[in-house]
This record gives sequence, C-alpha cells and structure tokens, in this order.
Amino acid sequence: MIWNEKAECMSVQEREELQLKRLQEVVKQAYNNVPYYRDRFDQEGVAPEDIQTLEDIQKLPFTSKSDLRDAYPFGMFAVHGDDIIEVHTSSGTTGKPTVSGYTEKDIDIWSEVMARALSMAGATRKDVIQNCYGYGLFTGGLGVHYGTQKVGATVIPISAGNTQRQIEIMQDFQTTIITCTPSYALYLAEVLEKEGIDTDDLKLKAGVFGAEMWTEEMRNEIERRLNLSALNIYGLTEIIGPGVAQECEVKDGLHIFDDHFYPEIIDSTTLETLPDGEKGELVLTTLTREGMPIIRFRTRDITALRRGECDCGRTNIKMDRITGRSDDMLKIRGVIVFPSQIERALLKIPGMEPVYQIVITRPHQLDELEVHVETSPALFSDEVKHVEQVKKSIEKQIHDEIGLRVNVNLVEPESLPRSEGKAVRVVDKRHLN
Amino acid sequence: MKIKQISVFLENRKGRLWKALNVLSNAGVNIRALSIADTSEFGILRMIVPEPDLAEEKLAENNFVVKVNEVIAVEVSDEPGGLDAVLGLLNNADVNVEYLYAFVEKKTNKAIVVIRTEDLDASIKVLEEGGVTILSAEEVNML
Repeated sequence: MIWNEKAECMSVQEREELQLKRLQEVVKQAYNNVPYYRDRFDQEGVAPEDIQTLEDIQKLPFTSKSDLRDAYPFGMFAVHGDDIIEVHTSSGTTGKPTVSGYTEKDIDIWSEVMARALSMAGATRKDVIQNCYGYGLFTGGLGVHYGTQKVGATVIPISAGNTQRQIEIMQDFQTTIITCTPSYALYLAEVLEKEGIDTDDLKLKAGVFGAEMWTEEMRNEIERRLNLSALNIYGLTEIIGPGVAQECEVKDGLHIFDDHFYPEIIDSTTLETLPDGEKGELVLTTLTREGMPIIRFRTRDITALRRGECDCGRTNIKMDRITGRSDDMLKIRGVIVFPSQIERALLKIPGMEPVYQIVITRPHQLDELEVHVETSPALFSDEVKHVEQVKKSIEKQIHDEIGLRVNVNLVEPESLPRSEGKAVRVVDKRHLN
Repeated sequence: MKIKQISVFLENRKGRLWKALNVLSNAGVNIRALSIADTSEFGILRMIVPEPDLAEEKLAENNFVVKVNEVIAVEVSDEPGGLDAVLGLLNNADVNVEYLYAFVEKKTNKAIVVIRTEDLDASIKVLEEGGVTILSAEEVNML
C-alpha cells in the first residue's frame, strides 16, 4: 500500500527539483534563525546563496551529536519557543541528552512519514497496531502513535515492557501489526513459545521493528517464530524520530522519505562524500523541518545508498540495512568489527539464540575477543567432545565472518543481560584511554 | 538393556553445581550415581536418578540446559580386576568407550559401572555374550 503516491513515486527530475528548492529554503532558515549555524557557516565562509545545486550541499559544515549537546537545551531551535508544541530527547547515555523541538507543522510531517512507513507494512484503517515502543521523551512511542492515527488504524498505546500484558492484549484485541525493537520481538516469541501459545491463533501479519541494529538472519528467525512479515524501520530523534526510512514488502533496502530528509554517505575518516553503493556513514539533512532544521547531521550509522525504481513502484532513494555504527565500530587487533557481524555468524548455527555478549580485553598488549553465548538443548550433549565441537564451530563461524580468532564461552540460558529496549552487547575492558 | 542418564550443562561459575543439586533436592529426587566432566570453561554433570523425567522438568524450569540420553549399567564384582574384565570385552570387540563412572553398592559385594560407548547396542551384545550382568533401570534404582 502506497500512502502518498505523489511523494513516493515521483520522477528523478521532479524529486531533485523539489529537494533543491527545499534545501535552499532550509539552509536559509537555519542561517537566519539559528546563531549556531550562522557562526559555523561564517567560519567556513559559506553562505545560503552558495547552494545552487544539490551537490553544493557538500560545501556546508557537518553537524555532530556533540554540537547538538552543546546547544542543550534549546540552542538549535529556529523558531520562538511559543511555536514549539512538543519536545523529545535522545537517551543521553553518554552525557547530556540532545533535544528535538517540533512545531505543529513538524508534527504533521512526522505523522505523514510515519503513515507512509506503516502503510508499507500493510496498515489500513482496519488494522490494530500494538505499539510496544516506549512512550515518553523517547520518540519511538509517539512517532508510531501519530502515524497510526494518520492512517486511521487503531493504536494500542501499550508502550514497552510488561510482556505478560502485551501477550494478553495481543490475544484479546486481535493485534494485526506490532511495533517494537527486534530483540524484544524475539523475546516475545520466546515467551509465547514457553506459554504454548500458537501464533496461528494470533492475528499478527506484520511487525515494524527498529531502534537497534539487526540482521537478515534475525529477520528470518522473527518471521518464522512470530509468523509475520518483519520490516525494518529507521529513524533518529535528532532528525525527527522513527520514520526517516522504512522497508517495503520487497524487503530490499529501506526507502528514505527523501522529500523530507536528504541523505548522503561519507567516509567517516576523510569526510569525503561517497558514490551510491559504497558503504559509509549516513549523513542526513532535514528539508522541511521548521522547529529545528538540521544540516548534514552525522548519524554514525553505516549503510550505502541506492537509486532507481523499486519493485513496489516507489522511487525514493533506498538505504541498506544498517550494518554498524562508526562509533560502536570495534577495532580489535586493528581489524574493524561490528557487533552485527557476530550476530550474523551466530544465527547461522541451528538452535542458536541470538543472545550474546562480546567482551574485549587486552591481557598482554594484544586484544582478545571473547563472545559469550547461551547454550540451548540443541547445542548441548552429554559428551565433552561434542560440546567442544559446538564451541569450535561457533568460533569458526565468527572467524569466517570477521577474520579474527575468538574465544567462545558457553554460558547457561537466561544468564546474559536482556533488556526490553536495547541490549548491552559489548563490554570493552581494554581501558584504552 | 539401556537406562536413562540425565546430563546438565554447568557454567564454570561459583554455586552452579550446588544450584543444580538444590533443585533436585527440592524436587525430592534421589541421585543414584553422579559424575562430573570438567573442562576449563564448563562442566557436564551426569546422573542416574529414579525419575529422570521429573529431574529434567525441574532443572529445565530453573533454566538449566538438560539432556536425557541412554547409557548402560553393568554389575561387576567389587574386587581387583572386576572392571578390567568388562573393559577387556569392549576392547576386544573394538568398541570405543566415551566415558564411564562407577559406584559401589553397600548392600552387596558388587560395584555398578555406568558406561557410555559409541555404539550401545553393540556393547550390550558383547557384554551379554561375555556373561556380564546388565542392569535395568529398576535394578539400578532398587539397589
């Protein structure tokens, strides 16, 4: 289902004209109304008039997470506080949170892009959407909420947590679409299986999963165990929240709503813009946001862009599934490793739960990588040599994936931290600083 | 005749063996025989119990990874050379022993040996032909 055919299926030329017009406006608005941008542009010797083509965006300075943090709380707002009708913040786990302010028009845009996203998952007025993203300052809950209401589906604003209740409501209210993190979806599957609830007795048809990195193997696992179509959603608080990009039923990349958010890929070391198809850090510019225009925001997310018409008929630029973050990218013995690679390796082993923890140590000037994984009846045997073979085959899978030798440590089930939001997957004990 | 053995994965961490045994104790399961295979990173607790299904259920409920499989229990005389005769039979028949553990029965003059080999059926045949007494689950539990 295409929510907004005009915006989602326009021709390349039409799209680029629209993007340029909007880019020129947003740059002007940022320069005129946000002292931070005026200073940065002046320092770099660049003015709004310099934007004559879309490529000219490369003349503009980047905005980083720390720039936003320095502007805490409202330094990035481009409108008077009276016009801001809602605020959200990012989690703030590494210091002060970053604040995102929305005008009425911004909330309309957010509802619009979320309506497009949910429509890709097949949402219509007939659907019942169980929204297990957290409500509150986190954007996940309300973003999905606004989109659901725009579509006209029924939203169950259940928020995160309380799994027993989630399952009860899912059964009683005949939920058709569920929205949560992929790791929580797997946790739900685990609990459903434990309680002997048959997914054939549920009405679930699709899931819109995001807010953390996941893999194709994890999608297969979720689809099999929850008996639904699992789709990837992408977004971030700094730009708007969920609804920057969404996967359609073709499941071959996420459509970026590029009439509102302009994407670029850069090399995170040289900061050079990379051509389509090359993997690098995603940089986003808001094209229509009033309350808080953001120019060239470094998302730290690693992906690649692709252009061309999708089998679904949409023409938006597509991004690949996020494969890592330029800042949670691990460098182990000089080799770049993303936690998602280890997850992918684990999911290739039958009977393996994708619950793991990576521990990095440096006992003798050399990094050691240890991966804790939970044992399951399928992996266990009464014979030591079989268990050791399993351990070795897991080590080999990971080695094949990342090119580094690792030590796998089998631990008892349910002994690794699970969270109902983002799981703690990496423990770095190297104390490099 | 094969009997059921229950194996439990133990993480190499303080208190895990106790926790497994505590679960069985609370469930009123008596352990007839027990052995632990330990490596530097994990252990495998193997046991013969009268109610393997109950033991499996209770341990699984407490998040232990449990496997029930079959082994053979033979009776040997509790005197020098008792086990030698049994292993000699298996060796001559070219049957590889994965592991074994033994316990002495106080009421008789016999020792019970629990054996896991690569091929249980072949082992039973060899041992029976060699005149070794193979015990049933009832017999092991009644001793």
